[in-house]
Amino acid sequence: MAAEPIGHLDRHHHKTELIQQLLNAFQHDFPLSATPYADIADKLGITEQAVIDLLTQLKQQNILSRVGAVFRPNRVGASTLAAMAVPEHRLEEVADIISSYPAVNHNYEREHHFNLWFVATAENAEHLDSILNDMEKKTAIRILSLPMEKDYHIDLGFPLQLIQGGHHD
Amino acid sequence: MINERKLIAALQHGLPLVSHPYAVIADQIGSTETEVIDYIRFMKDKGDIKRFGVVVHHRQLGYNSNAMVVWDIPDDRVDELGECFGQFDFVTLSYRRPRHLPDWPYNLFCMIHGKDRTDVLKNLDLMVQHCNVADIRHEPLFSNRCFKQRGAIYIHTDDDKKAHRA
Repeated sequence: MAAEPIGHLDRHHHKTELIQQLLNAFQHDFPLSATPYADIADKLGITEQAVIDLLTQLKQQNILSRVGAVFRPNRVGASTLAAMAVPEHRLEEVADIISSYPAVNHNYEREHHFNLWFVATAENAEHLDSILNDMEKKTAIRILSLPMEKDYHIDLGFPLQLIQGGHHD
Repeated sequence: MINERKLIAALQHGLPLVSHPYAVIADQIGSTETEVIDYIRFMKDKGDIKRFGVVVHHRQLGYNSNAMVVWDIPDDRVDELGECFGQFDFVTLSYRRPRHLPDWPYNLFCMIHGKDRTDVLKNLDLMVQHCNVADIRHEPLFSNRCFKQRGAIYIHTDDDKKAHRA
């Protein structure tokens, strides 16, 4: 099913270009004003309602995770990256157990002896430890907890290239 | 006076997609629009908020491949190389983490994204050349299945618990 045109924009290419601008320009420097979507609309030359509709649509398509804050790890609450070496035949079962915890936000299979990697976050270190202990008991598999010690990355968002044939450097 | 804990709890699900989103957040936490905006700016200035804006799911946009590259770097060079890796725009994370010997010798982690595996390896090669680390032991751990991905929830309210069960 074709996506509904947004406002007066009925050309697919134009819309993709608009989405690219919206996603690239506002991963960083999102307006902290009373009406941020109207401010974005001014910069893109469309209406506030068109911006809100576009973001709502991207959210429904699961392209947009959210408009909001990326908190610095361990500044707010406690978090860790955890790894487990799960026997292949138990991977889905163990992954489901891990994903069932509300404290877990990312949970990926990776190609390595340590093949299940997840991020767990809690209000404080004690609570985080008790969650990891509980997971070990439920799965009978040891968890390697690798909390961040130092962050070297400045998060400026990620440059997206959505239009075919375009240049990206 | 703003209640920081309440503000974080309200923000972690994302800003509402309405004309005055900060006013909606303010209503939820018994504050004012101006206080909410000023406090978000304050958390950004302090560095508690690393980035405020649109958060995308890379995979849905054709960036289907990512590798967590792990490095075993001499302790006295971690800062230098962590910063060198962190400057590339295709790197979305560059962290020092503890070793767990003998099982886990690696102390620096960075996440490299790309459209496919070849693209990711090309980017890794660029980093290796630029930071001159061909002799440093490292492994790319490619992602396979994604079992779960969403924004971090630091503070769990009763509503969250209901939503997670749903």
